[in-house]
Amino acid sequence: METHQDQESIIPPANRWIRRVKKIRSNRAGLLGAFLIAGLILVALTADLLAPYSYKEQDLTIMNSPPSIDHLMGTDEFGRDVFSRILHGSRISVYVGVVSVGLSVLIGSLLGAIAGYYGGILDRGLSLITDLTWSLPEILVALLLVAVVGAGVECVIIAIALTYWAQYARLIRGQILMLKNEIYVEATRSLGATDYTILFKHLFPNAIAPVIVAATIGIGQAIVLEATLGFLGMGAQPPTPSWGAMMSNGTAYLFISPWVIIFPGIAMMITVFGFNLFGDVLVDIMDIREDTLK
Amino acid sequence: MTLLSVDNISVEFTTRDGRVEPLNGISFDLDDGEIVGLVGETGSGKSVTAQAIMGLLPFLDGKVSQGRILFKGNDLLSLSEYEYQKIRGNQISLISQNPMTSLDPVYKVGDQIVEGLRLHLDITRSEAAKKAVAVMTSLGIANSEKVFSQYPHQLSGGLKQRIVIAMGLCADPKLLIADEPTTALDVTVQAQIIALFKKTIQNRHMGMIMITHDLGVIAHLCDKVVVMYAGTVVEKGSVSAVFNEPGHPYTSSLLGCIPTFGMAQKTLNAIPGNVPSVRTFPSGCRYHPRCLKARPVCVDHSPETIRAPNGTQVKCHMFSPDWSKDHEPVG
Amino acid sequence: MWQFILRRLLLMIPIFFVLSVIIFSLIHIVPGNPIDNLIGPGMTKAHEQKLIEKYHLDKPLPVQYGIWLANLFQGDLGTSIIEKRPVAELLRHHLPYSLSLGLTAIALSFVLGVSMGIISAAAKDTFIDHAAMVVALFGVTIPAFWLGLILILIFAVWLNLLPVSGSGDLLSLILPAVTVGLGGAGLIARITRVSMLEVASRDFIVMLHAKGLGKKAILLKHTLRNALIPVITILGLRIGWVLGGTVTVEIVFARPGLGQLLITGLFRRDYPVIQGAMLLLAMGIVLGTFLADVLYAVADPRVRDQHQ
Repeated sequence: METHQDQESIIPPANRWIRRVKKIRSNRAGLLGAFLIAGLILVALTADLLAPYSYKEQDLTIMNSPPSIDHLMGTDEFGRDVFSRILHGSRISVYVGVVSVGLSVLIGSLLGAIAGYYGGILDRGLSLITDLTWSLPEILVALLLVAVVGAGVECVIIAIALTYWAQYARLIRGQILMLKNEIYVEATRSLGATDYTILFKHLFPNAIAPVIVAATIGIGQAIVLEATLGFLGMGAQPPTPSWGAMMSNGTAYLFISPWVIIFPGIAMMITVFGFNLFGDVLVDIMDIREDTLK
Repeated sequence: MTLLSVDNISVEFTTRDGRVEPLNGISFDLDDGEIVGLVGETGSGKSVTAQAIMGLLPFLDGKVSQGRILFKGNDLLSLSEYEYQKIRGNQISLISQNPMTSLDPVYKVGDQIVEGLRLHLDITRSEAAKKAVAVMTSLGIANSEKVFSQYPHQLSGGLKQRIVIAMGLCADPKLLIADEPTTALDVTVQAQIIALFKKTIQNRHMGMIMITHDLGVIAHLCDKVVVMYAGTVVEKGSVSAVFNEPGHPYTSSLLGCIPTFGMAQKTLNAIPGNVPSVRTFPSGCRYHPRCLKARPVCVDHSPETIRAPNGTQVKCHMFSPDWSKDHEPVG
Repeated sequence: MWQFILRRLLLMIPIFFVLSVIIFSLIHIVPGNPIDNLIGPGMTKAHEQKLIEKYHLDKPLPVQYGIWLANLFQGDLGTSIIEKRPVAELLRHHLPYSLSLGLTAIALSFVLGVSMGIISAAAKDTFIDHAAMVVALFGVTIPAFWLGLILILIFAVWLNLLPVSGSGDLLSLILPAVTVGLGGAGLIARITRVSMLEVASRDFIVMLHAKGLGKKAILLKHTLRNALIPVITILGLRIGWVLGGTVTVEIVFARPGLGQLLITGLFRRDYPVIQGAMLLLAMGIVLGTFLADVLYAVADPRVRDQHQ
């Protein structure tokens, strides 16, 4: 019986990607996700142009004022426009999200691939470390690292990268373990290919798929983690706006001006939602069984 | 006494791509103490027949669209779900194909037999346990009491199948339906299980439907045979009559496919073509694309079921009186 | 079965040591003296030296670790630099609040999540199913602290039903527990739904119908029982994630638990407190994972015979 997988391997690579794009277009949830992500990136890039006010311009005469025509999302305790600050805050979120996950994918997949391929003591050592890192809550590990590395955006990026790499290492290790026993690896090796070639030219591209899916959802999670750390005062320092810090400052004024907390939260939710939706669709189009993600 | 009478039933399934009809006009009878073999290739509708008799079709998005199933004179299709539950496992039992997956992995096997017992008999847990152990022993399980407390994953395939049979028999059903009970087992174990069936049916004087694609099993075990193809019964009768003098071309081809010792030919016989899928059943006689004796009438008209000279019932135009009138076979 | 438990229990010992080493070394890598906070402008060099000796800061790191560990086993986790109280005492005081919050949250997650999952699976592809899964997705993606703030806004401010913060009574437990619990509930609901549908399609379920069992009995006794296995597994793996939410939630609700102790300790660079609280939290999570493993073995008999 012809399976979907068989059909996939018959179609030449270029057409495969075209089909995948078409599949995204037909899946409405994924499309929504893609739009949200695109929107986020657009906002982050053009925040300067979109924002009606500067993010640090204070006007103490209108502090803590509710949403109005002048200030769509109200103002905070320094009279700064919340809407503009949210737009600028998206920069931090995108920056931290993409870079931290990018770094951890890099670290994780390299370590995981090597461990999975060579096996033995390398593999066992890595497994021990990843299991330990994996079962501890991200927030604790991140807090510990921030305690060491200090507060600030770059530090948050490092903290997140060092927290997340474990799950990507695990994922790719699992894939490599599965793939390295396939016949074509034997065949390639008997043709004289070096370990390096086999690992990076053949196994890696095939094994990376679940990592890409996890990373997409991971960017959303990283943005939440950044906001959480920001909320605890460990993220971007003032006056740079980060959604987490905005919500943290707003806590004191929860009863007076709740919009300072509500809007950044909604912005964050929409962002994470977008990444999750898109990630779910990626699972579909890359034909990955959901339990490899766990 | 006729125990079971399947009377011209057709079955419909609702799938994602629309409705399909895996069974069309199936009829056969079974008496007390008889073993009827239901034989056919994969896709012939054998399992669906079993599911229909057990009333399991609603759970699989299917239904009997026409006909009656008379058990002890009562039409099973007129029963409510509640009434049907009383009969399942109690008067009619089903043993299914794969013992590896027929048992719940999280409960002890003994408890699973007891569950069935206490459902249909008004007895205490310890009484049920004793009865279960007794049934297990009678089926040739050594150390029944120890096996009682084990989990399915701790048992071998043959042992698991005996447990499944025990589950089916423990409430003393009048009819046992076995759906390819030995396919997933080793050949030696197969022989043991078949012998077990024979002995059990004889001792308890019950009826049994044996569903298989293995003609050897039919020959060893069954009194009557029903040959199925593409959702229809193409031939039925006593095993001796059908096997010695097959009427339907399909039956003869099936029998001809079995290699025998001392065969003169160099290649194995096979029936040309493939079993049609349920969505693309051929018109007229469903076997016509693969039949060497087909004629134009076979393409256009579905044959009647006619009584052949040797007493079997055959669904084939060859046995109609008009057949000898035209002399042009279609290749 | 007992072998399995014993083996897992013994595994916790090396984990404990590894964790303690990691936590200790990370904190001591930090540049800057832990006692910087205590050194006032008018202090003499001699006084400074005495402080350094008191906290063993002049000794090599491994020795400091050894001292810390030795003291730990005697119940002495050092003294808080800021509070000037024994760390052990602080931990003992703050632990119950975290424990009550964590346990309640997990119980809530489980009950809510499994129910939602079962209902979703039973009403597959209907409006209820889609709605429930969207809610579950929100539960997973909303950051705990924001949810806490919103809940405070709704229930304590606008509706004036529940207390904003505090620690004493049952009422003040509700909002924090719900905040943490909803995240876990979302995760569990999604897994339960998938699991229920998967189990329902298995062969032995059809056999149960053939035995004559009614739908309700099959659902509760067999389908659910099997479906819970992956739920317990995932819960065990992600229990850290679920409980990690308690850290920020304690801050939001001003609940004097371990999380709050840890965060304030981090801000004030109170290293004995940071070490102690981190270690306790980490071990708590390891213990939680262990309990989940045991539960997993109870739920799935096939696991008990495996040698891991």
